Amino acid sequence: MSRPTRAPRRVAAVEALGPYTLLRVERAGTDPGVPGQFFMLEAPGRVLPRPMSLCLAPRGELWFLFEPVGPGTRALAAVEPGDELHVFGPLGTGFRLDVPKPLLVGGGIGIAPLPYLALALDRPPALLGFRSERHAEAATLLPAADVVIDPVLVTDAMPARRDVLACGPEPMLRAVRELAPTAQLAWEAPMACGYGACYGCAVEVDGELVRLCVEGPVLEGASCS
Amino acid sequence: MLLNASGCLDALTAPEVAAELDAFVTKTVTPDPRPGNLPPRIVETDHGMLNAIGLANPGRAAFLETTLPRLLALGVPIWVSVGGFSAAEYAETCLQLPEDTVACVELNLSCPNVDEAPESAAQIVAACRRETSLPLYAKLSPHAWDVGETVRAVEGVGADGISLVNTLRGLTLAPDLTPALARGAGGYSGPALRPVALAAVHAARRATSLPIVGMGGVGTGRDVLELIACGANHVALGTVLFVDPDAPNRVRAELDAAVRDARYATLDDAFCAAHDRVANTVNGF
Repeated sequence: MSRPTRAPRRVAAVEALGPYTLLRVERAGTDPGVPGQFFMLEAPGRVLPRPMSLCLAPRGELWFLFEPVGPGTRALAAVEPGDELHVFGPLGTGFRLDVPKPLLVGGGIGIAPLPYLALALDRPPALLGFRSERHAEAATLLPAADVVIDPVLVTDAMPARRDVLACGPEPMLRAVRELAPTAQLAWEAPMACGYGACYGCAVEVDGELVRLCVEGPVLEGASCS
Repeated sequence: MLLNASGCLDALTAPEVAAELDAFVTKTVTPDPRPGNLPPRIVETDHGMLNAIGLANPGRAAFLETTLPRLLALGVPIWVSVGGFSAAEYAETCLQLPEDTVACVELNLSCPNVDEAPESAAQIVAACRRETSLPLYAKLSPHAWDVGETVRAVEGVGADGISLVNTLRGLTLAPDLTPALARGAGGYSGPALRPVALAAVHAARRATSLPIVGMGGVGTGRDVLELIACGANHVALGTVLFVDPDAPNRVRAELDAAVRDARYATLDDAFCAAHDRVANTVNGF
């Protein structure tokens, strides 16, 4: 597995994608890691960095997709090209890629890791759900995906007998797991450190509290709560 | 020495970070295994963070059998942070710690995230003193109105050193006005804790000549220097390790420049500098 590094990286661009922000930073020597792994991004002016899964790794860059909803993500959305941010990663356990019939399922900002995952899996079928047409503008990152918009849910449109790899809000992940119990699911939790130091991101898996930043964020067939 | 604050680093998950330290302080070990508090356990504030991890640890037996041998194999001196819910529990753990391999014991007398033992800090230190010849550091809370009084009390019953400060108890609310952490209040750490730590170390140094591990909001070499100027012999890094795993190396590199910028020839010259100036000012009247 690749060794995470922490280094300042220059912001290449900050683009709006519907209500979301696409942050592009120069990759320099940073290893993009496995799809589903994440990076801790310095949030200027805040005490703690923010965990972000990698969205895409085109030549020379690392792309991150997020929704500016709190002080950290708003600070990240306000950076400008040329600014430098400390980028620490890749971290955590990503998706397992040796699946015969992959189907990517994403909901809302949870589509973030799926474009990079789609490239690694040679563009498998993908199903994305959004709460509005405006949010669905982010689907341009996965051009071949099927898109549903609330009140239609991804679980209404999910084909059976596929190896599901999913990321999205917790209710969606739980509903996906009902239909596909062996799905690989990327979860989310507040994290201070991202590398197993703080024990802040504990989630309950099979009745035990584990660190999501080490055991996850991708958990397979696990009853995460 | 540069150490980590207990609970701010897992040396087995990140041995390369522990290797940057002069000694590694374990997460607090309690007699029984503790899963810790339910999530959410951490939340950022404007100038720090709150945690309510709840002393998650595998318990004394598993620590001694599995965790400690793996920690000792790292080659970094190991300080064991000991916790409990009575003086007898602290003392029993101290008794069971191997005196030939463990470097030091830090008694966690001040976790804000669990119910406290009914005995005073001095009673707990006294009970542990009877069971081990390992160096005993008392980790104290910044909540005490008179830190010096507690320091003198634990010194009187055989403490070998003082660790200051643990986190301050704090509370922050979610947008819907409910507590942001599942436990409610948590331990407040990060940059906002720094002046509190400086005041506590300063007061402790006036009360004792024992070695002091200063900690609380350290982020830079200058911050280390300020704790040393207040009387700390050693400094521990806490929240900054969450942000920057390379903080030990960076802080060390910054320290030399900080000493020069403050116009001191050596770090030793800066030790207790904050006290000289207070005394000079008072004498000057």
